[in-house]
Amino acid sequence: MDAEVLRSYLPGYAEAFFLTIRIGWIGIALSFGIGILTAFVSYYKVPVLKRIAGVYVELFRNTPLLVQLFFIYFGLPKIGFSLSAEACGIIGLGLLGGSYMSESFRSGLDAISKVQTESALALGMTNFQVFWLIVFPEALSLSVPAIVANVIFLLKETSVFSAISLMDLMFTAKDLIGLYYNTTEALFLLVLFYILMLLPVSLIGSIAEKRARYKMLGV
Amino acid sequence: MGFEVLLKGNNIIRLLEGLAVALKISMISVLISIVLGTACGVLMNMKIPVLKQLLRIYLEIVRIMPQMVLLFLVYFGATKAMGINLSAETASIIVFTFWGTAEMSDLVRGSLKAIPLIQYESSLSLGLSRFQMYLYIIIPQIIRRMIPLSINLITRMIKTTSLVMMIGIVEVLKVGQQIIEANRKTAPNAAFGVFLTIFILYFIACWPISCLSKYLEKKWEN
Amino acid sequence: MEEILRVNGLSKKYEDLTVLDQLSMSVRSGEVVVIVGPSGCGKSTLLRTLNALESIDGGEVVLEGEVINPGNKNLSRVREKVGMVFQSYELFPHKTVFQNLTLAPLKVMKADKKETEKEALALLERVGLSSKKNSYPRQLSGGQKQRVAIIRALMMHPELLLLDEITAALDPEMVKEVLDVVLSLAKEGRTMIIVTHELQFAKAVADRMIFIDGGRIIEEGPPKEFFEHPRTDRLKKFLHSFSYEE
Repeated sequence: MDAEVLRSYLPGYAEAFFLTIRIGWIGIALSFGIGILTAFVSYYKVPVLKRIAGVYVELFRNTPLLVQLFFIYFGLPKIGFSLSAEACGIIGLGLLGGSYMSESFRSGLDAISKVQTESALALGMTNFQVFWLIVFPEALSLSVPAIVANVIFLLKETSVFSAISLMDLMFTAKDLIGLYYNTTEALFLLVLFYILMLLPVSLIGSIAEKRARYKMLGV
Repeated sequence: MGFEVLLKGNNIIRLLEGLAVALKISMISVLISIVLGTACGVLMNMKIPVLKQLLRIYLEIVRIMPQMVLLFLVYFGATKAMGINLSAETASIIVFTFWGTAEMSDLVRGSLKAIPLIQYESSLSLGLSRFQMYLYIIIPQIIRRMIPLSINLITRMIKTTSLVMMIGIVEVLKVGQQIIEANRKTAPNAAFGVFLTIFILYFIACWPISCLSKYLEKKWEN
Repeated sequence: MEEILRVNGLSKKYEDLTVLDQLSMSVRSGEVVVIVGPSGCGKSTLLRTLNALESIDGGEVVLEGEVINPGNKNLSRVREKVGMVFQSYELFPHKTVFQNLTLAPLKVMKADKKETEKEALALLERVGLSSKKNSYPRQLSGGQKQRVAIIRALMMHPELLLLDEITAALDPEMVKEVLDVVLSLAKEGRTMIIVTHELQFAKAVADRMIFIDGGRIIEEGPPKEFFEHPRTDRLKKFLHSFSYEE
């Protein structure tokens, strides 16, 4: 490996790294919102919306992000919806992630016993208070392991962004390999930056899982 | 809206053939993963310190490395570093198996751990031999846990194989691009119809499998 | 004493199964009513209808002159007046003991924070759990959890307290610490309806016993008479199922 080559590649990778992180986390935030909303709608069996949420979750859980992105980026402009590559990346990741988050929240909600809700009602809480003060925080704690898994999964999925010509880490690596044939250095930096992006999340995630588990179950 | 190009010539057949390429790669990878993953999962439960550490590092690598990166590493890296010239298809099967084995071993490990000690104890105290205990009590319970999750792995594998187009394999997305490209003049809006069709094709391939997995999981709960 | 609760011809069905069959009863202020009966007789369902946790198919529940049913607009105000303690404690696992006590008064009654906290501390002291103030439910024993659940209900100053088999999930050695709390509440004149299988305790705490079977009241009366001279065969049989003699 050539240190000089590494050094010259570094700025490009750093830029791509921040782009990937930005799109990744905005997409994850979006997926959080979509996930909570759809889980809420299906848990409380809101008519019509519940159906729509169900179809959405099944559609996006059962198709690859790459295909979703191709459709959004290349397909939609043909019927008049044109979005920047970055916006497509965020929306694609948000929609994919939303369907996963939705399932995670939903199983958290389902794990809360009916009596727990009733005990809150018996204290005179309104339905909204019961949801906001009791059901939601508990479900959130219970879903932490699944949420952590989703976040890691989504950050990894950002690696397909290069397909819609976003200058992310994969794009940079591919570009450099094609241009200069310094494959070893290009791949080394690629792996290094992905470790940088995901290892902290993985470690913090494990801690969060343990904490949430202890908080709810005491083990 | 671009659906008409699919009816031209044998375009729809080509698209399906492209999907078949992706499905073939995922099936081969899943089958190898199930065999290797089961072995790894059992090994992890055996509490051999060195082995356990190694397997943990392996799992963590798979946990944080995107399959896309692994694909690049194997496809471009292997050629460069070891001078082996892998075909793109072989490279993707290696990568997906590497990933699938890790997932599978984790499932096996989890399923083994989930069986309470008292199940073993009560089997033995009923006078069953060790062999009978595994045959009648333990393994059936593990299988009931594992089958839905392994089926689920199939859908995830299918979705992941969409990545192989990025290392130049001509699968459904690539065929789609070719069709759009070839008809750019006559059908400028083909991208909408073609990619929507591919979206639906993937859904048709994955959804029934997901449903089966969910159904079995529900059926075998408890 | 004035009547606080009246139940008129209450009926409840689960599909084809009649759980409550035209049941009527009334409870006066300060009275402790203990309900016993075989499992599945409808006693828990009855308690749950009193708090509108269960819909009803006929009859009415009137609390202090106000008709209760799950369709009420001001359900949460009605429920403030009725406290309920469940068999499975149902403390909120993500809140400390102290937060479990203060959550509802602060959020539902918009009570004064200082006052509420003072009251919570006093109640913890009373049930001997001051040291557990900042513990989470997972760190408590079953008996401790149930004592917290009882005072959590008291924090809302309910006019009527419903206790639904509150010792059924407890280890035997913890039953007494919980029932002692209930006895002391009875002594200070709290109005309570208690469903329980602890007949010894029932004898000690009840002003009036009610025996329910098949969704109907079969027999009721003061505890002494109820236990020593049951009039109906069904009650005799029921009481007999608890004894090991002869």
